[in-house]
Amino acid sequence: MTALLEVQDLRVRLQTAAGPAEAVRGLNFALQAGDTLGLVGESGCGKSLTALALMGLLPEGAEIEGSIRFKGQDLLALEDEAYSQLRGDRIAMIFQEPMTALNPLHRIGRQVAEPLVLHRGLSRADALKEAVRLLDRVGLADARRRAEAYPHQLSGGQRQRVGIAMALACGPELLIADEPTTALDVTIQGQILELIAGLVAERGMGLILISHDLGVIAENVRSMLVMYGGQAVEAGPTAEVFERMGHPYTQGLFAARPRLGVSRGQRLQTIAGTVPGLRELPAGCAFAARCPLAEEPCQRIAPPAERLGEGHDVRCLRLAESLRRAPQLQVPPW
Amino acid sequence: MTRHKSFVIGTVLTSLVALAALLSLVWTPWPPYEIDLPAKLQPASAAHWLGTDVLGRDVLTLILVGARNSILVGVIAVGIGLLVGGLLGLWAAARRGWVEEVIMRLSDFTFAFPALLSAIMMTAVFGPGIVNSIIAIGIHNIPTFARVTRASANAIWSRDYVLAARAAGKGPVRISLEHVLPNILSVLIVQGTIQFALAILAEAALSYLGLGTQPPQPSWGRMLSEAQTLLFQAPQLAVYPGLAIMLAVLGLNLLGDGLRDLLDPKLARAR
Repeated sequence: MTALLEVQDLRVRLQTAAGPAEAVRGLNFALQAGDTLGLVGESGCGKSLTALALMGLLPEGAEIEGSIRFKGQDLLALEDEAYSQLRGDRIAMIFQEPMTALNPLHRIGRQVAEPLVLHRGLSRADALKEAVRLLDRVGLADARRRAEAYPHQLSGGQRQRVGIAMALACGPELLIADEPTTALDVTIQGQILELIAGLVAERGMGLILISHDLGVIAENVRSMLVMYGGQAVEAGPTAEVFERMGHPYTQGLFAARPRLGVSRGQRLQTIAGTVPGLRELPAGCAFAARCPLAEEPCQRIAPPAERLGEGHDVRCLRLAESLRRAPQLQVPPW
Repeated sequence: MTRHKSFVIGTVLTSLVALAALLSLVWTPWPPYEIDLPAKLQPASAAHWLGTDVLGRDVLTLILVGARNSILVGVIAVGIGLLVGGLLGLWAAARRGWVEEVIMRLSDFTFAFPALLSAIMMTAVFGPGIVNSIIAIGIHNIPTFARVTRASANAIWSRDYVLAARAAGKGPVRISLEHVLPNILSVLIVQGTIQFALAILAEAALSYLGLGTQPPQPSWGRMLSEAQTLLFQAPQLAVYPGLAIMLAVLGLNLLGDGLRDLLDPKLARAR
C-alpha cells in the first residue's frame, strides 16, 4: 500500500538579501493514511517552510528539490492549476495566526463555504448550509447566527475554529496544522487540540502537526520529527523518542519546557545561544555550536542517521554520551 | 466635525459642481449656444447674473454647461485609468516576476513625460477635440493607477488570509478579485478623486490651448482663453471660469484628503 505522503530528501533553498540559503536540508519522512506526525523545533528550523513546501506555497524565488509523493503522485511535478485543485480539497492547512488568516471583509460563513463552491461545485446557498453545519461541528456556539459575523466580531479561539472548519470543508485526506494553538490562550489551546485530534480520528485524516511545544507533540501525535537547522536531528515514534531522547537538542528542548510547580525565583532552563542563520550553518552538525557535548569532530563531520530503535533515528556523533544524559521518564510528565 | 473638516468642505464643493452639471442638463438661464451680439460684454445684471461674454452668451449658463463638460472628462478619464491601470496593477502583483517588471518599467516610461506634454502630443497626432483629449488624459492616468494598485496589492498578497485562500485552492484571478481588490478599494477611491481633479485641470489646460473641447461646446478652459484678449475691458470673464476651476479642484482635493483620513483610521489617529 502506498503511503498517504512520502517525502524524500526534501531540500528548500530560499533567496535572501544575503544570497541563497538552504532552509530545509534533506528531510525524509512518510505518513500513512489516518496516522499523525509531529514536527517540532525552534523558530527558524524549517518547520513552517516544510509545511508550505507540502502545500506548494513556498515564497517567490524559493527552489525545491527532492520528492513529495501524495498517494503516489509526485506533487513537485504538478502544474499550478492541478496543485490548486488539490489544495483545500485533498490537502488542507490550518494556520498559526487566526487573527490574520481570515479576510476581514468577508463574513465567516462565506469563507468556510468557499472551498465547497470551488472544489465541490456546490451552489452558494447549499455551501452556506454546509458551512453552518461545519461551524457547528467545530464547536462554534450558535453557528447559524455566527456565520453572518465578520472575523473581528469573534475571539481568537472562535476564529481558529473557523479556520479549522475552512480546512475541513472538503474532507481532506491530509491536514497540516502549523502551530494551530500558538496564538491562543492556554485554556483554549487544549480545546482546539482536542477538537483537531477528534476530527482527525473521526475522519481518518493524516495529520502533520507543527509545534515548538514538546508537550503538544507528546500528547497529539504518534510519531515525531525533531528539526534543527533544516534537518531532522531525531525522528521516531513519539513514545519511543520520549523514552530515550537520543539527541542533545531534544533533551535541551525537553529541559527548557515550562513546568508547573517550579519553585519561585527559579529560572526556566534555556538552550544557550541562538539558532544559527541559515547562511552560516557549519559543515558538521548544525547544533554543534550550542551543544554541551560537542567536540572537535562535530564541527567538521555531518552526523549520519543512527538507528536507536524501531523507526527511531538520531543524528549525533556522540550518541552514547548523549544517551547517558537522557532524562529517565516512566510516564510523560504532562 | 473638526476632524472631518476637509471631508465636509470637499463634499460640499464637489456636490456644488455636480449639482451645477446636473442642473445644466434640465435647465439653464439662457440657451447655451445662442449668440446675441448686441448684448455682448454686459456686466452682471438681473437678466444675466454673471453678465455676458464677447458673443453675448450668458456667462452663468456657460459655467453650468462647462461643469458638465469637466465632470464628463473627469469621469471617463479616471474610469479609463482605473480600469486599465487597476487591472495591470493587479496582474503585476499576482504574477510578479517579469510581468511585474515589464508593467512597472512601462509606467516609469510614461511618467518620464509630463502629463500635459503627452496629451498635447496625442492631440497633435490624432487631432484636437474632446474625445481625443479625454483619451489622452485617461491614458496618462493608467500608470498612476497601475503603480498605486500594484503597491497596495503587493501588501495584501503578503497577508495571511491570502495564503489561507491559496491553501484553500484559489487561483490568482479569484484571489485578486475577491481578496485583494476589496481590500485596496479605499486607496483606489482616494487616488480616483485626486486624479479626477488633475483631469479637470488637464482638460482646462488643453481647452485653453485650443486642443480640447471645440467651439461651440462651452468649457472652462476655453472661456479662460477667450477672456484673455479682453482682460482689460472685461476682467470678470476670466475670473468666473477661473474661480470655477479652482473651486472644483480644491473641492476634489479636500474630498480626497478627507476620504483618506476616514478610510485609513491609522493615518487619522497619527494626526
